Amino acid sequence: MLVNLGYGAVFITALLCLYSIGAAVYGVQRKQAVWVDSARNAMLLIFPLLSLAALSLVIQLVTSHFEVAFVAEVTSRAMPTYLKATAWWGGQAGSLLFWAWLMSAFTSAVTLRKWERDREFLPWVIVVGMVTLGFFLFLILAFENPFARLWALPSGRVEAHMFAPQGATLFIPRDGNGLNPLLRHPGMIIHPPMLYLGFVAFVIPYAFAIAALITGRTDDRWIRLTRRWALWAWLFLSLGLILGARWAYDVLGWGGYWGWDPVEISAFMPWLSGTAFVHSVMIQEKRGMLKHWNMILIITTYALVIFGTFLTRSGVLSSVHAFAQSEIGPAFFLFIGLTFLASMSLLFWRWNSLKANNQMTSFLSREALFMLNNVVFMGILVICFWGVIFPLISELVTGQKVTVGPPFYERATAPLFVVMLLLMGIAPLSAWRHSTAKTLGRAMWKPFVVSLLAPILAFAGGIRLWAALLTFWLAAFVAAVTLYEFWRGAQARSRRHAEPLPVALWKLAGRNRRRYGGYLIHLGVVLMSIGIIGIEVFQTETQRTIPQGGEITLGAYTMKYDSLAIFDTADNRNAARAVVSVYKNGEYVGELHPRRDFFYDSQQSMTIPGVRSTWEDDFYVLLVDWLPVTAEGATFKVFHNPLVNWVWFGGLVFILGTLVAAWPERETESAAVTAWQPGGVHATGD
Amino acid sequence: MKRWLWILPILLIALTFGVVTAQAQSGTPHTPTDDEVNAVAGQLYCPVCENIPLDVCGTQACAQWRDLVREKLSQGYTADEIKAYFAEQYGDRVLAEPPRRGLNWLVYILPPAFILAGLFILFQAFRTWRIPEAEQAQASPPVPEVGDEYLRRLEEELKKR
Repeated sequence: MLVNLGYGAVFITALLCLYSIGAAVYGVQRKQAVWVDSARNAMLLIFPLLSLAALSLVIQLVTSHFEVAFVAEVTSRAMPTYLKATAWWGGQAGSLLFWAWLMSAFTSAVTLRKWERDREFLPWVIVVGMVTLGFFLFLILAFENPFARLWALPSGRVEAHMFAPQGATLFIPRDGNGLNPLLRHPGMIIHPPMLYLGFVAFVIPYAFAIAALITGRTDDRWIRLTRRWALWAWLFLSLGLILGARWAYDVLGWGGYWGWDPVEISAFMPWLSGTAFVHSVMIQEKRGMLKHWNMILIITTYALVIFGTFLTRSGVLSSVHAFAQSEIGPAFFLFIGLTFLASMSLLFWRWNSLKANNQMTSFLSREALFMLNNVVFMGILVICFWGVIFPLISELVTGQKVTVGPPFYERATAPLFVVMLLLMGIAPLSAWRHSTAKTLGRAMWKPFVVSLLAPILAFAGGIRLWAALLTFWLAAFVAAVTLYEFWRGAQARSRRHAEPLPVALWKLAGRNRRRYGGYLIHLGVVLMSIGIIGIEVFQTETQRTIPQGGEITLGAYTMKYDSLAIFDTADNRNAARAVVSVYKNGEYVGELHPRRDFFYDSQQSMTIPGVRSTWEDDFYVLLVDWLPVTAEGATFKVFHNPLVNWVWFGGLVFILGTLVAAWPERETESAAVTAWQPGGVHATGD
Repeated sequence: MKRWLWILPILLIALTFGVVTAQAQSGTPHTPTDDEVNAVAGQLYCPVCENIPLDVCGTQACAQWRDLVREKLSQGYTADEIKAYFAEQYGDRVLAEPPRRGLNWLVYILPPAFILAGLFILFQAFRTWRIPEAEQAQASPPVPEVGDEYLRRLEEELKKR
């Protein structure tokens, strides 16, 4: 009953999508608002319908209806209820429904905004949103139906079908396979929704950009309407990446957080183009420039969002993340190709009406530095994209598959990350329109001098690696510039308005959340870069097999293997839990419990590290799971990860900054626009 | 003198024994530590799993390949020789990076070429867009002192938001 309800809801939603697209196009062609309104109403129905479908699937998951193939694939009786519910996005079919459900929520939210002033955008925003949603619903109905049930055929075979094949009887397994153990982690419960929220939210600015191209309303109105959408999308994508990194650190057992895996990169790529976009739109808003470029960036981001989902879900590039593989690859490939070609064709059609309203006046102006920043982000993006698809190209051309691993990415992107940090230090000090070396130097010398303290202190502390010293200096420089900007702004306002400094700072930041949120984001990046340098440059590791009572020493740390307990748990696992004592410089600092869990249902094991975390470093102990673990002896892999917690702390500051920047302001939309005339005239009122 | 001749055979035996023992000792295979094995295995990728370095791969096959690395190390192979051996046996996919030959050069050349092209286009665009110095001087007022200028710019930017 429930599966039929869910499937029916998806089917009706797909029909509504088609209707919505047709009605919107017909309405705009015939200039009949009633059809456009009808398309909008149809779009409003989609979210409740997909919520119904989602609810019916979650009920099936939680109540262990193993006759549903998806439920049997991703859950088992022993799993706790919260994991059963979140297994919704733990498998391919469910995660496609999840994507579609989020998309419907976002399109509904857009529909609910006041449209009086921007009615010309509405039909095309509906079309773009519904085409994207319709594609995912098509995938669900044609290839990956989460409501399909298991049927025992007369031949004895068991197959998944929505409706009973002739002569078949419903097959109900006694238990399900259970979720992949690697996915049973808090980070992995929140990580996919965050990534998907980021992916889906970027569809909205894209929809407005396409609407602007189709209607010819090529001023910066579409950017002003969607800048917060873009920032929220960027926030969720950033959060998803940070949570994914934390999951990898806690679960994958290599002592690191980023392995340049194709699926990691597929989520990173839209973030890169999205980052270039959120910087670049400021140039269009402030200076009326880069209109073509902003269109290219949002079209690229949309294509990469679909490409990212495609990489994860198609199994074309198998990796540690690609748990799900199916035949949906060609459909994804076709959709990306068609939408990209259509979008670029529209852009070329409107090329002449997207001319800049202003000219560049200085190589050192903020817009010039932002453009350079865009080249850096797009450079990293090209490296990532090329590295991800090259193994496929090599296999297609030569038949030889190759691996493009971390050494390639690290060597190729490191100089660009250094330039990015440098630009983060210089750009905030440059002015829009006009800056000279003299004015920039005058603004920069104080933070520059302060920042030199960092490499000097690091050198005095015994660090001799020039790359580490350079990065510490850059991090200190960006931090000094950012804090200097806060201080200068607050001081200037305090003098002018006779306000106490903290009040002046609060009011100043409140007046331009995007600017000061952006500075907080920069501080987050600084903190993260300190952590990244710590683990990338100074990480050490060792692996040894020791008897009970044996010791392993790594740097200042010593661990002693005290005991081992092997036991079954209530959720059908066999756990081997070691107890190790940790000493730092000979002094006892605590006890760790690295463990190896074997999951009976999925016949897979996973290792959970024991970690002693401080601001200074992490002492990270793993039980090596492919060697015997006994009370007499066990093999441990031990990592010393200096400064790694600065990555997570920096991530928090980064997210806080994005929240500040993206938080809605009281500004009314009418304040932003007074008039618009066709023909690409820049007529904003502010 | 003949009284001392009996020492000669003893000396010869001792010498021969010493040489043989020394040779045997130098030929004793060194047993590599886990760290030495991981240092090489970390530069190789599992030939059957996708994108998993050999030093962290938990499959039985990878455990055997790590044993092979250990064996090669004990035979005196260097890291490069072991990598070449694995590439010969299982294909270039076991290497962390494509070897620099043939089509693989594209992976190394294309990204820097793109970035350089981007910088060139940007530079050209700057030159094209840039207002001539004379116009710029007219358009831009003289730069006042830092404090006032900063406040003016800040207020202006806040107004523009």
